[in-house]
Amino acid sequence: MRAHYGKATAAFAMVSALTLAGCAGGGGDSTAGGEGGSSCEPSSGPVDLTFTTWVPGMDKVVDLWNEENPDIQVKVQTGPNGNSGTYQNFFNQLQAGNAPDLGQIEYDALPNFRVQDGLENIAACENVSDAEDQFVDWTWGQVTFGEDDAVYAVPQDSGPMAMFYRKDLFEQAGIEVPTTWEEYAAAAEEIKAQGSYITNFPRGDVNWFAGNVWQAGGQWFSNDDEGWDVNLTGEESEQVANYWQDLLEKDQVSTLPSFSDEWNASFNEGDQWTWISAVWGASTLATGAPDTSGKWAVAPMPQWEDGGTAAGNWGGSSTAVLKGSDHPYEAAQFALWLNTDPEALALANELGGLYPAAKSATDLEAFSGGVEYFGGQKIYDVFAEASSNVDPNFTWGPTMTQTYTDVSDGFGKAIGGEGTLMDALTAGEEATVESLKSQSIPVKE
Amino acid sequence: MRRGDSPRGPRHSIMSRTGAMLIMGVFTLYFLTPIWWLLVSSTKTGGQITGTAPLWFTMESIPTFFSNIGRLFTYSDGVFGRWLLNSAIYAGLGALLGTIIAAMCGYALAKYEFKGREAIFNIVLSGVLVPATALALPLFLIFSEVKLTNTLWAVFLPSLVSPFGVYLARIYAAASVPGELLEAARLDGSGEIRTFFTVSTRLMAPALVTIFLFQFVAIWNNFFLPLIMLRDQTLFPVTLGLYAWNSQISQIPELRVLVIVGALVSIVPLIAAFLALQRFWSSGLGAGSVK
Repeated sequence: MRAHYGKATAAFAMVSALTLAGCAGGGGDSTAGGEGGSSCEPSSGPVDLTFTTWVPGMDKVVDLWNEENPDIQVKVQTGPNGNSGTYQNFFNQLQAGNAPDLGQIEYDALPNFRVQDGLENIAACENVSDAEDQFVDWTWGQVTFGEDDAVYAVPQDSGPMAMFYRKDLFEQAGIEVPTTWEEYAAAAEEIKAQGSYITNFPRGDVNWFAGNVWQAGGQWFSNDDEGWDVNLTGEESEQVANYWQDLLEKDQVSTLPSFSDEWNASFNEGDQWTWISAVWGASTLATGAPDTSGKWAVAPMPQWEDGGTAAGNWGGSSTAVLKGSDHPYEAAQFALWLNTDPEALALANELGGLYPAAKSATDLEAFSGGVEYFGGQKIYDVFAEASSNVDPNFTWGPTMTQTYTDVSDGFGKAIGGEGTLMDALTAGEEATVESLKSQSIPVKE
Repeated sequence: MRRGDSPRGPRHSIMSRTGAMLIMGVFTLYFLTPIWWLLVSSTKTGGQITGTAPLWFTMESIPTFFSNIGRLFTYSDGVFGRWLLNSAIYAGLGALLGTIIAAMCGYALAKYEFKGREAIFNIVLSGVLVPATALALPLFLIFSEVKLTNTLWAVFLPSLVSPFGVYLARIYAAASVPGELLEAARLDGSGEIRTFFTVSTRLMAPALVTIFLFQFVAIWNNFFLPLIMLRDQTLFPVTLGLYAWNSQISQIPELRVLVIVGALVSIVPLIAAFLALQRFWSSGLGAGSVK
């Protein structure tokens, strides 16, 4: 894969690594546009922008903008979701110099684009830096990377995690709904005794596992002047890994491939009593397990400490202005509108199922009422609460696709009885360090 | 072994025939089961796919099937119909023009003596070895230079070349178009181009149908090139469109049914093309393999 990029990208990686370290000191005058958030001026005359996204129905949302802004017309282009091809296309297009003005990028892929110098810093564009207060705290950290005077994207949606559970089954069995992981493990044993599983361990969804580490207060990546620190095997990761390893060894969790037919069926038939998942999981359940409508409820994630409130996050994406855009000012204004305007947010939720990263989401009608599938419970209150309890300092690495693949391979082996989840994380960490080095991204060891 | 004087002969043949039939039967089942599943699943609603027997119909299969088809063609402003049309253009026109180019090229290589003929043929032949996927990214960069990415041409133009078609056309032209016939045509005053279209293409017809089918299937199923080249979903071929939908299922679970029904609909033109051109197909294949 790397061979395709050739010299240009190697140079990119080097240059951007330096910029990362130097926090946009002053160089980079050879590229078009003002690097380092120095200036961001409106263009004169009418502007046409292109926006690549894979959220269904986004074209309808953008129509609202186009009606109100005849001088800034946005054209929506769609494709498969990021890791299924769109990110690779962005990189190809960045290299060819014909990337779209705006692109949807998930939080866990943003650092990759940052390191490859694929993002415009829009901090100096009007209203952008001031918008910080309008977004859930942790999402803002994802788009600034903690750098000063830097905003590389506008948060779009998020996936705060909670616990979906079968209220009816817990009541019938007389088992208390677990509030801590310890109680959760105890419940798992009782549920197994009744011939069901408390949940499914998703071997392929490493970002789900990361969400759990996130909740526990762990950090997989961090970076400073000297480079990246990769730590998939920290104390919290070990805690989470050992916890699930134990449940796996006792066969108290199933190991079906997530989102498959059998997985859906096991929920539909009541073989699964809980699902630790993100807010968007509500529609996954409703579609995949229609026969269990009205029997589900949502509670906060089980806690490591009694009385804790920490939550993790699984998924979510941002709207980024890609490097080389001729109109970063207009693109930034559109990105802000898209992710804060109440009408736009409501429509994006209705058509695309997005749970907005904007704090004002809680005021939207779609998120204020009870949900029939969950017996009329106001589930979005639980998720809004969870969202405010997500650690804002969690950082993704620049090569998450590779990290996910390596860890997921290891998880598969661990489930087959070869090694443990912790071994998978150790191997994933080594592979990640190798991968960073091979891209000339500085790593601390 | 002489025929007739050993009783083991015919029995052996019956046994081996049964064995062969058995193996073919197993493989037929193996290849047809997914299509059967596709057919059955397209008659179900999202919930029924997981909740009912995977390989058999439900009571409401027929109405559900039609309502699924209706939703498929109306979802997102009927973009699926557009994708089918695009695929038909890319594959139909692309295969037609590609076949003519390959036929002319192979014919010229077979029937004319000129300097560097073998060199050209060998270079074209080596193109067979390079997978189309490996060429997609270089093609993207080239098309970016001339600002043709995200246009119909970005998918259409690369679809016109078929090194394997040139190879097949050459082999077949060498075997089926006698040089004497061309001499006769020349003596009668027919130009080279006219001879090619009126005499030679008729003799090469089975090979041309084979090349057409190969190209048609290759372009119809080509997925990677459009994935890299196209951003505007109104230009997508049906393969890429379905892939894009499929990648969104975790966000919009209702797309699952549409992907299944869409996959079923998208193979119908392929089956139709095969059934219509099948009889030419076998003779063409045979001719290519014997030389």
